[in-house]
Amino acid sequence: MERLRRIALRFVADVAGHGLVLFARLITAPRAIWAGVDPVPRQRIYFANHTSNGDFVLAWAVLPPNLRRQTRPVAASDYWLKSKLRAFAGRDVFRAVLIDRNPETRSEDPVEQMVRALEDGSSLLIFPEGGRNMGPDPLMPFKTGIYHVATKRPDVDLVPTWIANLNEILPKGEVVPLPLLCTVTYGAPIHLGEDETKEDFLARAQAALLAVRPEEDRVA
Amino acid sequence: MNVYADFFYLLLGMIAFLVAATLLGEGLRKVFSGEGAKSFVEAYAARVTSWWGMVVLLAIAFAFGQGGVIVLFAFISFAALREFLTLTAKTRADHWSLLISFFVILPLQYFLIYIDWYGLYSILIPVYAYLLLPIASAVRGEPERFLRRVAETQWALMITVFAASHIPALLSLDIEGFEGRQILLIAWLVIVIQGADVLQYVWSRMFGRHPVAANLSRSKTWEGYAAGTASGMVIGVLLGWLTPFSIWQTALMAGMITLIGFFGSLVMAAIKRDKGVRDWGHLIAGHGGFTDRLDAVVFAAPLFFHVVRFFWTAS
Repeated sequence: MERLRRIALRFVADVAGHGLVLFARLITAPRAIWAGVDPVPRQRIYFANHTSNGDFVLAWAVLPPNLRRQTRPVAASDYWLKSKLRAFAGRDVFRAVLIDRNPETRSEDPVEQMVRALEDGSSLLIFPEGGRNMGPDPLMPFKTGIYHVATKRPDVDLVPTWIANLNEILPKGEVVPLPLLCTVTYGAPIHLGEDETKEDFLARAQAALLAVRPEEDRVA
Repeated sequence: MNVYADFFYLLLGMIAFLVAATLLGEGLRKVFSGEGAKSFVEAYAARVTSWWGMVVLLAIAFAFGQGGVIVLFAFISFAALREFLTLTAKTRADHWSLLISFFVILPLQYFLIYIDWYGLYSILIPVYAYLLLPIASAVRGEPERFLRRVAETQWALMITVFAASHIPALLSLDIEGFEGRQILLIAWLVIVIQGADVLQYVWSRMFGRHPVAANLSRSKTWEGYAAGTASGMVIGVLLGWLTPFSIWQTALMAGMITLIGFFGSLVMAAIKRDKGVRDWGHLIAGHGGFTDRLDAVVFAAPLFFHVVRFFWTAS
Protein backbone atom coordinates (compact mmCIF):
# COMPACT_ATOMS: atom_id res chain seq x y z
CA MET A 1 0.00 0.00 0.00
CA GLU A 2 2.74 2.40 1.03
CA ARG A 3 4.68 1.53 -2.12
CA LEU A 4 1.64 2.10 -4.29
CA ARG A 5 1.15 5.49 -2.69
CA ARG A 6 4.74 6.43 -3.42
CA ILE A 7 4.45 5.37 -7.05
CA ALA A 8 1.23 7.36 -7.43
CA LEU A 9 2.86 10.39 -5.81
CA ARG A 10 5.88 10.09 -8.12
CA PHE A 11 3.54 9.92 -11.12
CA VAL A 12 1.53 12.97 -10.06
CA ALA A 13 4.76 14.86 -9.39
CA ASP A 14 6.11 14.00 -12.85
CA VAL A 15 2.91 15.13 -14.53
CA ALA A 16 2.89 18.33 -12.50
CA GLY A 17 6.55 18.89 -13.40
CA HIS A 18 5.89 18.55 -17.10
CA GLY A 19 2.85 20.81 -16.77
CA LEU A 20 4.94 23.48 -15.05
CA VAL A 21 7.66 23.28 -17.68
CA LEU A 22 5.07 23.64 -20.43
CA PHE A 23 3.44 26.56 -18.65
CA ALA A 24 6.75 28.34 -18.10
CA ARG A 25 7.67 27.84 -21.75
CA LEU A 26 4.30 29.12 -22.93
CA ILE A 27 4.41 32.24 -20.80
CA THR A 28 8.00 33.36 -21.18
CA ALA A 29 9.20 31.46 -24.28
CA PRO A 30 12.50 31.10 -22.45
CA ARG A 31 15.65 30.54 -24.41
CA ALA A 32 18.77 28.89 -23.05
CA ILE A 33 22.02 30.44 -24.28
CA TRP A 34 24.97 28.12 -23.76
CA ALA A 35 27.83 30.63 -23.83
CA GLY A 36 30.83 28.88 -22.36
CA VAL A 37 29.51 25.42 -21.50
CA ASP A 38 27.63 22.80 -23.47
CA PRO A 39 24.36 21.22 -22.34
CA VAL A 40 25.97 17.89 -21.48
CA PRO A 41 25.13 15.74 -18.45
CA ARG A 42 28.21 16.61 -16.39
CA GLN A 43 27.92 17.13 -12.69
CA ARG A 44 27.64 20.87 -12.12
CA ILE A 45 26.60 23.55 -9.68
CA TYR A 46 24.65 26.20 -11.57
CA PHE A 47 24.73 29.44 -9.59
CA ALA A 48 22.20 32.06 -10.63
CA ASN A 49 20.96 35.55 -9.87
CA HIS A 50 17.69 35.67 -7.96
CA THR A 51 15.10 38.38 -8.57
CA SER A 52 11.77 36.58 -8.64
CA ASN A 53 10.12 33.45 -7.31
CA GLY A 54 9.66 32.42 -10.91
CA ASP A 55 13.35 32.14 -11.74
CA PHE A 56 13.58 28.98 -9.73
CA VAL A 57 11.10 27.29 -12.07
CA LEU A 58 12.54 28.89 -15.15
CA ALA A 59 16.23 28.05 -14.76
CA TRP A 60 15.07 24.50 -14.14
CA ALA A 61 12.58 24.41 -17.01
CA VAL A 62 14.99 25.54 -19.74
CA LEU A 63 17.43 22.72 -19.04
CA PRO A 64 17.15 19.84 -21.52
CA PRO A 65 15.11 16.99 -19.94
CA ASN A 66 18.06 14.73 -19.20
CA LEU A 67 19.89 17.56 -17.42
CA ARG A 68 16.73 18.64 -15.66
CA ARG A 69 16.23 15.19 -14.15
CA GLN A 70 19.76 15.32 -12.83
CA THR A 71 19.55 18.84 -11.39
CA ARG A 72 18.16 19.71 -7.96
CA PRO A 73 17.43 23.30 -7.02
CA VAL A 74 18.51 24.44 -3.57
CA ALA A 75 15.75 26.42 -1.88
CA ALA A 76 14.68 27.84 1.45
CA SER A 77 12.60 25.47 3.56
CA ASP A 78 10.81 28.36 5.32
CA TYR A 79 9.21 29.19 1.96
CA TRP A 80 8.75 25.73 0.48
CA LEU A 81 7.40 23.95 3.56
CA LYS A 82 4.83 26.62 4.40
CA SER A 83 1.86 24.73 2.92
CA LYS A 84 1.13 21.19 1.78
CA LEU A 85 0.98 22.25 -1.86
CA ARG A 86 4.30 24.07 -1.72
CA ALA A 87 5.88 21.15 0.07
CA PHE A 88 4.64 18.84 -2.68
CA ALA A 89 5.97 21.17 -5.38
CA GLY A 90 9.30 21.72 -3.66
CA ARG A 91 10.01 18.20 -2.48
CA ASP A 92 8.33 16.03 -5.11
CA VAL A 93 8.11 18.05 -8.30
CA PHE A 94 11.42 19.94 -8.22
CA ARG A 95 13.08 17.47 -5.84
CA ALA A 96 14.61 20.54 -4.22
CA VAL A 97 17.28 20.38 -1.56
CA LEU A 98 15.43 22.32 1.12
CA ILE A 99 17.69 24.21 3.48
CA ASP A 100 16.90 26.18 6.61
CA ARG A 101 18.31 29.69 6.29
CA ASN A 102 18.07 30.37 10.00
CA PRO A 103 21.14 29.10 11.91
CA GLU A 104 19.19 29.26 15.22
CA THR A 105 16.49 26.78 14.33
CA ARG A 106 18.14 24.46 11.88
CA SER A 107 18.94 20.87 12.64
CA GLU A 108 21.04 20.25 9.55
CA ASP A 109 23.94 22.16 8.07
CA PRO A 110 22.97 23.42 4.57
CA VAL A 111 26.49 22.84 3.27
CA GLU A 112 26.30 19.23 4.42
CA GLN A 113 22.95 18.81 2.67
CA MET A 114 24.28 20.20 -0.61
CA VAL A 115 27.45 18.09 -0.47
CA ARG A 116 25.35 15.00 0.20
CA ALA A 117 23.21 15.74 -2.89
CA LEU A 118 26.41 16.06 -4.90
CA GLU A 119 27.65 12.73 -3.54
CA ASP A 120 24.42 11.18 -4.83
CA GLY A 121 25.43 12.31 -8.31
CA SER A 122 22.99 15.22 -8.63
CA SER A 123 23.80 18.61 -10.07
CA LEU A 124 22.66 21.63 -8.08
CA LEU A 125 21.00 24.93 -8.92
CA ILE A 126 21.81 27.52 -6.26
CA PHE A 127 21.09 31.20 -5.70
CA PRO A 128 24.15 32.43 -3.80
CA GLU A 129 22.65 35.85 -3.03
CA GLY A 130 20.62 34.03 -0.40
CA GLY A 131 17.37 35.82 -1.18
CA ARG A 132 15.54 37.80 -3.79
CA ASN A 133 17.33 40.90 -5.02
CA MET A 134 14.98 43.90 -4.83
CA GLY A 135 17.61 46.62 -4.95
CA PRO A 136 19.01 48.65 -7.80
CA ASP A 137 22.29 46.68 -7.92
CA PRO A 138 22.35 43.79 -10.39
CA LEU A 139 23.69 41.43 -7.71
CA MET A 140 23.71 41.36 -3.92
CA PRO A 141 26.85 40.15 -2.08
CA PHE A 142 27.12 36.36 -2.17
CA LYS A 143 26.58 34.25 0.95
CA THR A 144 29.47 31.99 1.86
CA GLY A 145 27.70 28.68 1.20
CA ILE A 146 28.97 28.41 -2.36
CA TYR A 147 32.55 28.74 -1.09
CA HIS A 148 32.13 26.04 1.54
CA VAL A 149 30.58 23.64 -0.96
CA ALA A 150 33.42 24.39 -3.40
CA THR A 151 36.06 23.57 -0.75
CA LYS A 152 34.40 20.18 -0.16
CA ARG A 153 33.93 19.37 -3.85
CA PRO A 154 36.47 21.44 -5.82
CA ASP A 155 36.15 19.04 -8.77
CA VAL A 156 32.56 20.04 -9.62
CA ASP A 157 32.10 22.75 -12.29
CA LEU A 158 30.57 25.98 -11.00
CA VAL A 159 28.52 27.39 -13.89
CA PRO A 160 27.45 31.06 -13.72
CA THR A 161 23.81 31.30 -14.82
CA TRP A 162 22.17 34.64 -15.61
CA ILE A 163 18.38 34.79 -15.69
CA ALA A 164 17.20 37.88 -17.57
CA ASN A 165 13.86 39.66 -17.43
CA LEU A 166 12.00 37.50 -14.95
CA ASN A 167 11.73 40.33 -12.50
CA GLU A 168 9.36 42.02 -14.91
CA ILE A 169 7.43 38.88 -15.73
CA LEU A 170 6.54 38.26 -12.12
CA PRO A 171 7.39 41.21 -9.86
CA LYS A 172 7.31 40.68 -6.12
CA GLY A 173 3.77 40.55 -4.80
CA GLU A 174 2.14 39.76 -8.15
CA VAL A 175 0.47 36.46 -8.92
CA VAL A 176 -0.35 36.57 -12.63
CA PRO A 177 2.80 36.41 -14.78
CA LEU A 178 3.25 38.68 -17.80
CA PRO A 179 4.06 36.86 -21.04
CA LEU A 180 7.43 38.44 -21.85
CA LEU A 181 10.48 36.86 -23.41
CA CYS A 182 13.23 35.72 -21.15
CA THR A 183 16.68 34.21 -21.51
CA VAL A 184 18.87 32.04 -19.32
CA THR A 185 22.58 32.34 -20.13
CA TYR A 186 25.09 29.73 -18.99
CA GLY A 187 28.70 30.94 -18.85
CA ALA A 188 32.11 29.30 -18.65
CA PRO A 189 32.58 27.28 -15.43
CA ILE A 190 34.87 28.41 -12.62
CA HIS A 191 36.65 26.40 -9.92
CA LEU A 192 38.06 27.21 -6.51
CA GLY A 193 41.77 28.07 -6.81
CA GLU A 194 44.48 26.15 -4.92
CA ASP A 195 45.03 28.68 -2.17
CA GLU A 196 42.30 31.19 -2.94
CA THR A 197 40.80 32.99 0.06
CA LYS A 198 37.06 33.03 0.71
CA GLU A 199 36.78 36.73 -0.12
CA ASP A 200 38.72 36.40 -3.36
CA PHE A 201 36.69 33.44 -4.47
CA LEU A 202 33.33 35.05 -3.72
CA ALA A 203 34.38 38.23 -5.55
CA ARG A 204 35.51 36.16 -8.52
CA ALA A 205 32.29 34.13 -8.60
CA GLN A 206 30.27 37.32 -8.49
CA ALA A 207 32.29 38.87 -11.33
CA ALA A 208 31.90 35.68 -13.37
CA LEU A 209 28.12 35.83 -12.99
CA LEU A 210 27.98 39.53 -13.90
CA ALA A 211 30.07 38.84 -17.00
CA VAL A 212 27.42 36.45 -18.27
CA ARG A 213 24.68 39.09 -18.13
CA PRO A 214 23.50 39.78 -21.70
CA GLU A 215 23.81 43.25 -23.20
CA GLU A 216 20.04 43.74 -23.60
CA ASP A 217 19.45 43.16 -19.92
CA ARG A 218 21.74 46.07 -19.04
CA VAL A 219 19.95 48.83 -20.95
CA ALA A 220 16.44 48.28 -19.58
CA MET B 1 -13.07 31.71 -61.49
CA ASN B 2 -14.01 31.02 -57.91
CA VAL B 3 -11.91 31.97 -54.94
CA TYR B 4 -10.90 28.38 -54.12
CA ALA B 5 -9.48 27.76 -57.57
CA ASP B 6 -7.61 31.06 -57.45
CA PHE B 7 -6.29 30.30 -54.01
CA PHE B 8 -5.22 26.84 -55.10
CA TYR B 9 -3.27 28.21 -58.08
CA LEU B 10 -1.66 30.83 -55.86
CA LEU B 11 -0.63 28.15 -53.38
CA LEU B 12 0.84 25.95 -56.12
CA GLY B 13 2.71 28.95 -57.49
CA MET B 14 4.08 29.83 -54.05
CA ILE B 15 5.22 26.27 -53.39
CA ALA B 16 6.92 26.05 -56.78
CA PHE B 17 8.60 29.40 -56.11
CA LEU B 18 9.76 28.37 -52.64
CA VAL B 19 11.12 25.04 -53.87
CA ALA B 20 13.15 26.97 -56.46
CA ALA B 21 14.24 29.51 -53.83
CA THR B 22 15.29 26.73 -51.44
CA LEU B 23 17.28 24.95 -54.16
CA LEU B 24 18.92 28.23 -55.09
CA GLY B 25 19.91 28.71 -51.44
CA GLU B 26 21.49 25.24 -51.29
CA GLY B 27 23.31 25.95 -54.56
CA LEU B 28 24.61 29.30 -53.27
CA ARG B 29 25.80 27.61 -50.09
CA LYS B 30 27.96 25.24 -52.16
CA VAL B 31 29.34 27.97 -54.44
CA PHE B 32 30.20 30.66 -51.86
CA SER B 33 32.46 30.03 -48.93
CA GLY B 34 33.86 33.52 -48.18
CA GLU B 35 32.80 35.09 -44.87
CA GLY B 36 30.95 38.08 -46.35
CA ALA B 37 29.07 36.05 -48.95
CA LYS B 38 28.32 33.37 -46.36
CA SER B 39 26.38 35.73 -44.10
CA PHE B 40 24.46 36.92 -47.15
CA VAL B 41 23.56 33.33 -48.10
CA GLU B 42 22.58 32.52 -44.52
CA ALA B 43 20.34 35.60 -44.32
CA TYR B 44 18.76 34.56 -47.58
CA ALA B 45 18.22 30.98 -46.41
CA ALA B 46 16.69 32.21 -43.13
CA ARG B 47 14.28 34.35 -45.07
CA VAL B 48 13.24 31.50 -47.35
CA THR B 49 12.66 29.30 -44.29
CA SER B 50 10.44 31.95 -42.75
CA TRP B 51 8.52 32.22 -46.04
CA TRP B 52 7.84 28.50 -45.92
CA GLY B 53 6.44 29.03 -42.44
CA MET B 54 4.29 31.92 -43.61
CA VAL B 55 2.89 30.02 -46.59
CA VAL B 56 2.06 26.96 -44.49
CA LEU B 57 0.43 29.04 -41.74
CA LEU B 58 -1.53 31.20 -44.18
CA ALA B 59 -2.70 28.14 -46.11
CA ILE B 60 -3.93 26.41 -42.94
CA ALA B 61 -5.64 29.58 -41.73
CA PHE B 62 -7.25 30.22 -45.11
CA ALA B 63 -8.61 26.67 -45.09
CA PHE B 64 -10.50 27.55 -41.91
CA GLY B 65 -11.93 30.68 -43.48
CA GLN B 66 -12.39 34.03 -41.79
CA GLY B 67 -12.20 32.68 -38.24
CA GLY B 68 -8.94 30.90 -39.03
CA VAL B 69 -7.32 34.01 -40.44
CA ILE B 70 -8.39 36.11 -37.46
CA VAL B 71 -7.09 33.54 -34.95
CA LEU B 72 -3.78 33.30 -36.84
CA PHE B 73 -3.23 37.05 -36.75
CA ALA B 74 -4.32 37.25 -33.12
CA PHE B 75 -1.52 34.82 -32.26
CA ILE B 76 0.95 36.73 -34.41
CA SER B 77 -0.06 39.92 -32.59
CA PHE B 78 0.42 38.17 -29.27
CA ALA B 79 3.93 37.03 -30.23
CA ALA B 80 4.83 40.47 -31.59
CA LEU B 81 3.42 42.31 -28.56
CA ARG B 82 5.42 40.03 -26.33
CA GLU B 83 8.60 40.82 -28.26
CA PHE B 84 7.86 44.54 -28.18
CA LEU B 85 6.93 44.82 -24.50
CA THR B 86 9.99 42.80 -23.52
CA LEU B 87 12.05 45.80 -24.63
CA THR B 88 9.93 48.75 -23.50
CA ALA B 89 10.32 50.74 -20.29
CA LYS B 90 8.21 49.36 -17.45
CA THR B 91 8.18 48.96 -13.69
CA ARG B 92 6.21 46.92 -11.19
CA ALA B 93 3.50 49.59 -11.25
CA ASP B 94 2.69 48.73 -14.88
CA HIS B 95 2.00 45.08 -14.20
CA TRP B 96 -1.76 45.38 -14.49
CA SER B 97 -1.84 47.70 -17.46
CA LEU B 98 0.44 45.27 -19.29
CA LEU B 99 -1.70 42.29 -18.31
CA ILE B 100 -4.76 44.14 -19.62
CA SER B 101 -2.93 44.82 -22.88
CA PHE B 102 -2.24 41.14 -23.40
CA PHE B 103 -5.38 39.53 -22.10
CA VAL B 104 -8.17 42.08 -22.60
CA ILE B 105 -7.30 44.57 -25.34
CA LEU B 106 -5.68 42.14 -27.76
CA PRO B 107 -8.46 39.50 -27.73
CA LEU B 108 -11.13 42.21 -27.74
CA GLN B 109 -9.63 43.91 -30.80
CA TYR B 110 -9.69 40.65 -32.76
CA PHE B 111 -13.15 39.78 -31.51
CA LEU B 112 -14.44 43.16 -32.75
CA ILE B 113 -12.86 42.42 -36.12
CA TYR B 114 -14.58 39.05 -36.15
CA ILE B 115 -18.01 40.59 -35.51
CA ASP B 116 -17.10 43.38 -37.94
CA TRP B 117 -17.75 46.29 -35.58
CA TYR B 118 -15.75 48.84 -37.54
CA GLY B 119 -16.80 51.79 -35.38
CA LEU B 120 -15.26 50.26 -32.28
CA TYR B 121 -12.22 48.36 -33.54
CA SER B 122 -10.88 51.47 -35.23
CA ILE B 123 -10.86 53.41 -31.94
CA LEU B 124 -10.46 50.73 -29.27
CA ILE B 125 -6.70 51.24 -28.99
CA PRO B 126 -6.26 54.85 -30.21
CA VAL B 127 -9.01 56.12 -27.88
CA TYR B 128 -9.94 53.70 -25.12
CA ALA B 129 -6.60 52.02 -24.45
CA TYR B 130 -4.82 55.35 -24.90
CA LEU B 131 -6.86 57.07 -22.21
CA LEU B 132 -7.66 54.24 -19.83
CA LEU B 133 -4.47 52.17 -19.64
CA PRO B 134 -2.30 54.93 -18.10
CA ILE B 135 -4.87 55.11 -15.29
CA ALA B 136 -4.07 51.53 -14.32
CA SER B 137 -0.41 52.55 -14.05
CA ALA B 138 -1.05 55.91 -12.36
CA VAL B 139 -3.11 54.56 -9.47
CA ARG B 140 -0.07 52.56 -8.42
CA GLY B 141 1.66 55.89 -7.78
CA GLU B 142 5.06 55.41 -9.38
CA PRO B 143 6.19 58.64 -11.11
CA GLU B 144 9.58 57.44 -12.35
CA ARG B 145 9.78 57.51 -16.19
CA PHE B 146 5.97 57.60 -16.23
CA LEU B 147 5.47 59.26 -19.61
CA ARG B 148 8.06 57.02 -21.19
CA ARG B 149 6.43 53.91 -19.76
CA VAL B 150 2.88 54.67 -20.86
CA ALA B 151 3.98 56.04 -24.24
CA GLU B 152 6.04 52.96 -25.05
CA THR B 153 3.22 50.64 -24.02
CA GLN B 154 0.80 52.55 -26.24
CA TRP B 155 3.25 52.38 -29.14
CA ALA B 156 3.59 48.64 -28.69
CA LEU B 157 -0.20 48.22 -28.82
CA MET B 158 -0.61 50.49 -31.82
CA ILE B 159 1.94 48.61 -33.92
CA THR B 160 1.57 45.01 -32.86
CA VAL B 161 -2.19 44.90 -32.24
CA PHE B 162 -3.93 47.85 -33.88
CA ALA B 163 -1.92 47.97 -37.11
CA ALA B 164 -1.51 44.20 -37.41
CA SER B 165 -5.24 43.60 -36.93
CA HIS B 166 -5.93 45.60 -40.10
CA ILE B 167 -4.61 42.67 -42.11
CA PRO B 168 -7.51 40.32 -41.20
CA ALA B 169 -9.85 43.34 -41.17
CA LEU B 170 -9.47 43.37 -44.96
CA LEU B 171 -11.81 40.36 -44.94
CA SER B 172 -14.74 42.51 -43.90
CA LEU B 173 -14.47 45.08 -46.69
CA ASP B 174 -17.49 44.98 -49.01
CA ILE B 175 -15.98 45.58 -52.41
CA GLU B 176 -18.46 45.38 -55.24
CA GLY B 177 -17.89 42.35 -57.47
CA PHE B 178 -15.20 41.06 -55.08
CA GLU B 179 -17.44 39.32 -52.54
CA GLY B 180 -15.87 36.32 -50.85
CA ARG B 181 -12.47 37.00 -52.42
CA GLN B 182 -11.00 39.39 -49.83
CA ILE B 183 -8.76 36.66 -48.53
CA LEU B 184 -6.77 36.93 -51.77
CA LEU B 185 -6.15 40.59 -50.97
CA ILE B 186 -4.33 39.56 -47.79
CA ALA B 187 -2.15 37.17 -49.78
CA TRP B 188 -1.44 39.93 -52.31
CA LEU B 189 -0.47 42.44 -49.60
CA VAL B 190 1.88 40.02 -47.84
CA ILE B 191 3.53 38.66 -51.01
CA VAL B 192 4.09 42.08 -52.61
CA ILE B 193 5.69 43.54 -49.48
CA GLN B 194 7.80 40.50 -48.65
CA GLY B 195 8.97 40.17 -52.24
CA ALA B 196 9.79 43.86 -52.56
CA ASP B 197 11.54 43.80 -49.18
CA VAL B 198 13.97 41.05 -50.14
CA LEU B 199 14.60 42.61 -53.58
CA GLN B 200 15.23 45.98 -51.89
CA TYR B 201 17.90 44.22 -49.83
CA VAL B 202 19.44 42.64 -52.93
CA TRP B 203 19.43 45.94 -54.91
CA SER B 204 20.90 47.80 -51.94
CA ARG B 205 23.75 45.31 -51.73
CA MET B 206 24.34 45.31 -55.46
CA PHE B 207 24.33 48.98 -56.29
CA GLY B 208 23.29 50.85 -53.18
CA ARG B 209 25.53 53.91 -52.59
CA HIS B 210 23.55 56.28 -50.39
CA PRO B 211 22.18 54.87 -47.13
CA VAL B 212 18.79 56.26 -46.15
CA ALA B 213 20.00 56.54 -42.56
CA ALA B 214 23.47 55.12 -42.09
CA ASN B 215 23.15 55.14 -38.30
CA LEU B 216 20.08 52.93 -38.40
CA SER B 217 20.78 50.41 -41.10
CA ARG B 218 23.49 50.00 -43.70
CA SER B 219 21.38 47.64 -45.80
CA LYS B 220 18.72 50.23 -46.66
CA THR B 221 19.76 52.65 -49.40
CA TRP B 222 17.93 55.17 -51.56
CA GLU B 223 18.90 53.17 -54.66
CA GLY B 224 17.50 50.03 -53.03
CA TYR B 225 14.30 51.82 -52.05
CA ALA B 226 13.75 53.10 -55.60
CA ALA B 227 14.51 49.79 -57.31
CA GLY B 228 12.63 47.91 -54.57
CA THR B 229 9.52 50.00 -55.09
CA ALA B 230 9.69 49.35 -58.83
CA SER B 231 10.11 45.62 -58.10
CA GLY B 232 7.11 45.72 -55.76
CA MET B 233 5.03 47.32 -58.50
CA VAL B 234 6.04 44.60 -60.97
CA ILE B 235 5.20 41.81 -58.50
CA GLY B 236 1.91 43.55 -57.67
CA VAL B 237 0.88 43.79 -61.31
CA LEU B 238 1.91 40.20 -62.04
CA LEU B 239 -0.35 39.10 -59.19
CA GLY B 240 -2.98 41.67 -60.13
CA TRP B 241 -5.54 38.92 -60.78
CA LEU B 242 -5.82 38.55 -56.99
CA THR B 243 -7.11 42.11 -56.58
CA PRO B 244 -10.20 44.11 -57.56
CA PHE B 245 -7.97 46.89 -58.98
CA SER B 246 -7.28 47.85 -62.60
CA ILE B 247 -3.70 47.59 -63.84
CA TRP B 248 -2.61 51.15 -63.12
CA GLN B 249 -4.43 51.11 -59.78
CA THR B 250 -2.64 47.88 -58.89
CA ALA B 251 0.71 49.42 -59.73
CA LEU B 252 0.01 52.52 -57.63
CA MET B 253 -1.25 50.49 -54.70
CA ALA B 254 1.76 48.17 -54.85
CA GLY B 255 4.10 51.17 -55.00
CA MET B 256 2.38 52.76 -52.01
CA ILE B 257 2.48 49.71 -49.77
CA THR B 258 6.09 48.83 -50.61
CA LEU B 259 7.30 52.37 -49.90
CA ILE B 260 5.42 52.57 -46.60
CA GLY B 261 6.72 49.12 -45.78
CA PHE B 262 10.34 50.18 -46.42
CA PHE B 263 10.04 53.25 -44.22
CA GLY B 264 8.16 51.22 -41.61
CA SER B 265 11.11 48.83 -41.42
CA LEU B 266 13.36 51.84 -40.97
CA VAL B 267 11.25 53.07 -38.05
CA MET B 268 11.42 49.64 -36.45
CA ALA B 269 15.19 49.55 -37.03
CA ALA B 270 15.43 52.88 -35.18
CA ILE B 271 13.56 51.40 -32.22
CA LYS B 272 15.82 48.35 -32.18
CA ARG B 273 18.87 50.63 -32.22
CA ASP B 274 17.40 52.72 -29.42
CA LYS B 275 16.90 49.60 -27.32
CA GLY B 276 20.29 48.18 -28.22
CA VAL B 277 19.16 44.92 -29.80
CA ARG B 278 19.80 43.33 -33.15
CA ASP B 279 16.51 41.42 -33.43
CA TRP B 280 13.12 41.69 -31.82
CA GLY B 281 12.93 38.17 -30.52
CA HIS B 282 14.09 34.63 -30.77
CA LEU B 283 10.91 32.70 -31.48
CA ILE B 284 12.08 31.62 -34.91
CA ALA B 285 15.47 30.23 -33.88
CA GLY B 286 18.29 32.28 -35.39
CA HIS B 287 15.93 34.34 -37.54
CA GLY B 288 14.86 37.03 -35.13
CA GLY B 289 11.26 37.36 -34.08
CA PHE B 290 7.86 37.77 -35.66
CA THR B 291 8.23 41.53 -35.56
CA ASP B 292 11.44 41.34 -37.60
CA ARG B 293 9.70 39.40 -40.35
CA LEU B 294 6.43 41.30 -40.48
CA ASP B 295 7.30 44.91 -39.60
CA ALA B 296 6.83 46.22 -43.16
CA VAL B 297 3.49 44.42 -43.67
CA VAL B 298 2.18 45.64 -40.33
CA PHE B 299 3.12 49.24 -41.10
CA ALA B 300 1.45 49.19 -44.49
CA ALA B 301 -1.73 47.36 -43.43
CA PRO B 302 -3.82 50.21 -41.90
CA LEU B 303 -3.07 52.57 -44.80
CA PHE B 304 -3.82 49.90 -47.37
CA PHE B 305 -7.04 49.06 -45.52
CA HIS B 306 -8.23 52.66 -45.43
CA VAL B 307 -7.33 53.47 -49.02
CA VAL B 308 -9.23 50.39 -50.23
CA ARG B 309 -12.12 51.19 -47.92
CA PHE B 310 -12.28 54.80 -49.08
CA PHE B 311 -12.06 54.22 -52.83
CA TRP B 312 -13.54 50.75 -53.33
CA THR B 313 -16.39 50.37 -50.85
CA ALA B 314 -19.72 52.12 -50.55
CA SER B 315 -19.39 52.86 -46.82
